[in-house]
Amino acid sequence: MSTCCCGMGVTTDDPRFAELDAFMASVREQPGSLISVLHKAQQLFGFLPEEVESRIAHTMSIPLTDVYGVVTFYNLFNTQPVGKYAISVCMGTACYVRGAGRILDRFAEELGVQAGQVTDDRLFSLEVCRCVGACSLAPVVVVDGEVRQLKEADVPAVVAELRQRSELEALSQPVSARS
Amino acid sequence: MTTMRVPTRISSLLELEAVRAAGADVIALRQAMETPITEAPEVHLLVCGDTGCRANKSPLTRRTMEELVVEHGLADRVKVVQVGCFGFCKAGPVVVVYPGGTFYCHVKPQDCAEILLRHVMGGQPVERLLFTPNPKEKVRFHTTVDLPFYQGQVRRVLKNCGLINPESIDEAIAADRYFALAKALLEMTPDEVIAELKKSGLRGRGGAGFPTGLKWELCQKAVGDVKYVVCNADEGDPGAFMDRSILEGDPHGVLEAMAMAGYAIGAQQGYIYVRAEYPLAVERLKLAIRQARERGLLGKNILGTGFSFDIDIRLGAGAFVCGEETALIESIEGKRGMPRPKPPFPATAGLWQKPTLNNNVETYANIPQIVLFGADWFRQLGTEKSPGTKVFALAGQINNTGLVEVPMGTKLRDVVFTIGGGVPKGREFKAAQTGGPSGGCIPAEHLDTPLDFESLPALGTMMGSGGLTIMTDTACMVDLARFYLEFTQDESCGKCPPCRIGTKRMLELLEQICEGKGTHADIDQLERLAVGIRKGSLCGLGQSAPNPVLSTLRYYRDEYLAHVDDHKCPAGRCKALTEYQIDQELCKGCALCARSCPTDAIVGEVKHPFSIKIDLCIRCGNCYDVCKFHAVVR
Repeated sequence: MSTCCCGMGVTTDDPRFAELDAFMASVREQPGSLISVLHKAQQLFGFLPEEVESRIAHTMSIPLTDVYGVVTFYNLFNTQPVGKYAISVCMGTACYVRGAGRILDRFAEELGVQAGQVTDDRLFSLEVCRCVGACSLAPVVVVDGEVRQLKEADVPAVVAELRQRSELEALSQPVSARS
Repeated sequence: MTTMRVPTRISSLLELEAVRAAGADVIALRQAMETPITEAPEVHLLVCGDTGCRANKSPLTRRTMEELVVEHGLADRVKVVQVGCFGFCKAGPVVVVYPGGTFYCHVKPQDCAEILLRHVMGGQPVERLLFTPNPKEKVRFHTTVDLPFYQGQVRRVLKNCGLINPESIDEAIAADRYFALAKALLEMTPDEVIAELKKSGLRGRGGAGFPTGLKWELCQKAVGDVKYVVCNADEGDPGAFMDRSILEGDPHGVLEAMAMAGYAIGAQQGYIYVRAEYPLAVERLKLAIRQARERGLLGKNILGTGFSFDIDIRLGAGAFVCGEETALIESIEGKRGMPRPKPPFPATAGLWQKPTLNNNVETYANIPQIVLFGADWFRQLGTEKSPGTKVFALAGQINNTGLVEVPMGTKLRDVVFTIGGGVPKGREFKAAQTGGPSGGCIPAEHLDTPLDFESLPALGTMMGSGGLTIMTDTACMVDLARFYLEFTQDESCGKCPPCRIGTKRMLELLEQICEGKGTHADIDQLERLAVGIRKGSLCGLGQSAPNPVLSTLRYYRDEYLAHVDDHKCPAGRCKALTEYQIDQELCKGCALCARSCPTDAIVGEVKHPFSIKIDLCIRCGNCYDVCKFHAVVR
């Protein structure tokens, strides 16, 4: 059976499941490895749709409700697709007192989405994170995995830079690989 | 990068000493202050590779420097080395040149050639890259000995951060790592290790300040065939980052201490629970564990003593409550990180219901030196009841941000004004926030408070993990309390109602007050709820969640009253209560405010007074911040 409920192309015969199965086999002997498996799955799929959670539950002989319970407990696990580029505005104390709120507002304005949402073109996810431990540079934003010290005025340039990066990547890919 | 290679497995003290001896020159060079650089047989350029400096593109600086060294044919004599955090993150990317210890700030790729040619080759320091508190003055500070930021600091826990390459176990051994473990295994009984720790008076650096030696003893005495050693690296306090820096700069110190803990309590397996938000720390830890295993310093029969101990990493996934020890244990077990009722305490029934010792990163990082140099040496610094040093993460509205290690009992004033360089010009110190979402504020009148485990609770706050966020007159304390309650309410795991419902109710009340809809009854209600939540919650998260509210009510009640009675936010943070206007007398018509306005709400003609269209104003405060004539009023 190969159905997809999320519209992101995760079907039960997705080749990424083979890698996930191999990872689960490698940690079978380790007690309490569910969170490691979920990290791996999210790394592979970008998020944790029902198909992925079901496979993990089945393979690890854990009730699906328990898997879902763990997924929804932790902030870093997503059950919805995320954007190609995650923009994560740090809202730790130091960032907050140095104006992270204004940076978040500016990103929301530039991207037309609120924190926790994804742009319609699925290019950007706007998120809020608690603290990345770069407090001495506050305010900071994690842009596509890279910690950056930003000012409110830098926001449009960051968005433009990522848009350009995405366009360049699309151009350098064969047509068949474009989605 | 050092080229020494001692590839064999280290299976005795003699072999460990041989590795240290092979790297002794490297360490000596990086501590040499007097040797003239042009005469030195070798020169080391230490580039900070901590998350902070990396965000300022320090890897680019390092690569450029490496390429230039090769280009100029200097590779035999000049080494470019990636090291851990120097602490002075504000100045990043930092490059320190040895011999001499010249401390260069904000080194960009285009500055590398000048450092190499002028300083390393020519012996003349590059003045413009030296630290100065005021660029207009000519005062420049050359080394960490001169820099005001390091005055009063004693780097014990951070001693190897900024000295060694954290990705090299040989350099770690050259800097004495694993010698404390060797001493414990070869010369001391488990009881003697614990006795030394108890004598040292070391208290847990994660927040609660529980005596570490006693914790180890309880765990040693607990009955169980299998025991575990856990390291809490889930540094959740937003505003604290010393654990991250220790793991990124000197991971072997933590591994060594955990192995000693295993020896002392009788455990063979350790787990480091580290936040997934710290990818570099995770990477360095993984590498350090692999290297230690390869060299036989973790695994079976360590140093030929028959003692076996291994360590695995467990990743968190973004849950503040997992910093609580029983929630952390649940999370290592792969479950939702919900705290367990205590007792039983983890020392008797922790991970998989086995006796478990749990200390935080900085606590472990203190232990090797206590074992090596003894409890009396440790007690030379700090106070009677809080011996040793404490690392603080200095951040917020302060000039010199970074990691600071000072003896316990150092006055807050010295940390803020000497080390921290005071608050930005034109601003006034208002509060130091310690203990994060579980702590409180220290107002200006208590600046002379000594920072230790006794003095802070007396002021209604706590040491916490060492976050020290400085706030000036631009911070609204009601808004700060709201910020923390929003945090704890969001991070409450939901297991016990006082925390789950109580923090939500408190947050609602604070939101009302910030919107100008609060009443005196709301303030009373906040205080009542605070007492109930503190008494009724299951774990430390809930029990301490009301602290930011109680602390700000204690010192800044007038601000709460201004919100309630006058519908004003004195600091101008609460948007609903702030209205900006331009004083027509003071405005010079420079248009700076109009250019900074994101909504084009400021109109006017250059050289004539400007004005704000209230209906367009989003109250962001940009105009207020940029106006040089104080013409924008609120």
